[in-house]
Amino acid sequence: MSQLANVLNITKAPQPSCQAQRLTASKSLSARQQQELRAILEQGLPQVAQPYLAIAEQINASPDQVLAQIALWQEQGLIKRFGLVVKHRQLGFKANAMVVWDIADEQVDAVAKLLSSCPEVSLCYRRPRRLPDWRYNLFCMIHGTDRAIVEAQIAAIVDKFALQAVNKDILFSVKAYKQQGARYTKKGNCHG
Amino acid sequence: MDKQSRQATTPVAELTALDKRIINLLQRGLPVVERPFLEIAQQLGCHEDEVLERLNHLMTNKVLTRFGPMFDAVCLGGAFTLAALAVPEPEFERVTEQVNSFDEVAHNYRRSHDFNMWFVVGAESAEQVNNVINDIESKTGLPVLNTPKLEEFYVQLYLPA
Repeated sequence: MSQLANVLNITKAPQPSCQAQRLTASKSLSARQQQELRAILEQGLPQVAQPYLAIAEQINASPDQVLAQIALWQEQGLIKRFGLVVKHRQLGFKANAMVVWDIADEQVDAVAKLLSSCPEVSLCYRRPRRLPDWRYNLFCMIHGTDRAIVEAQIAAIVDKFALQAVNKDILFSVKAYKQQGARYTKKGNCHG
Repeated sequence: MDKQSRQATTPVAELTALDKRIINLLQRGLPVVERPFLEIAQQLGCHEDEVLERLNHLMTNKVLTRFGPMFDAVCLGGAFTLAALAVPEPEFERVTEQVNSFDEVAHNYRRSHDFNMWFVVGAESAEQVNNVINDIESKTGLPVLNTPKLEEFYVQLYLPA
């Protein structure tokens, strides 16, 4: 169980409190400015030396007000984190496998933490089983440069965490038929 | 070139060692301070201008499609699910068109499994998502496997430099 202990402090996505919609945020920005700020931030951060100053000027506020509002949204869980969206294919990751696992309910959290600690794993979600057609409750995505490499990576993960007895399935993507965001997802970045 | 074959021919971007270090570092988060790229540059041992120039380049080349805060879509009032269909092979084209005709459907992938069509449904509420699922079932005549996210475990992409 030492591996389990090692991963206990891995950062898990914070459970958002969704308070943002109920609380009126800091005295500093008006409701309208907050809306404008959110719309701007949803487009991404400007790539200039002082991005928050650039945004503040657009909404007639000070950079401090903008920074304070962002800090508040982070606290409230409305902003999950700051980061990048990378196009895997442009980086040469052409094989995309969805690996689905049938993990005993009481172990799913621990196994998910092990899997999400692997650099090869790019997304890891718990989802419901749908018996009898679908027994799998843990989904992870693995992007690799080709199918054989991804298969070897999955085999290595199985060995590393002694998951040989766990039922799993590997679903390689054959083709993408639609890649644009759903009408609503334009507002955010979500994987269902 | 049609949409469907475009991704097969996507050229692999050339990344410099600095590009990879920038991507790896920024995935761990961006400091929310007045001059965030100065802090990034200091961590990388390069100049602020260089970081900005490489970021602009990576965005222009579409290696990065977005960069900044990630909003919680559910918190914003949206609802999503990952869904799948087991489509009989001769029906695949017809069902693809039917499923993609919904504005709420995104990221439709063909995958190697009996459940061979996987897509995300996004709408403004859980009720609307369920309505879309029901509509897809009536339109295609196939039962939808609906697997909404119950919990997300945070991971990071790491590019060995």
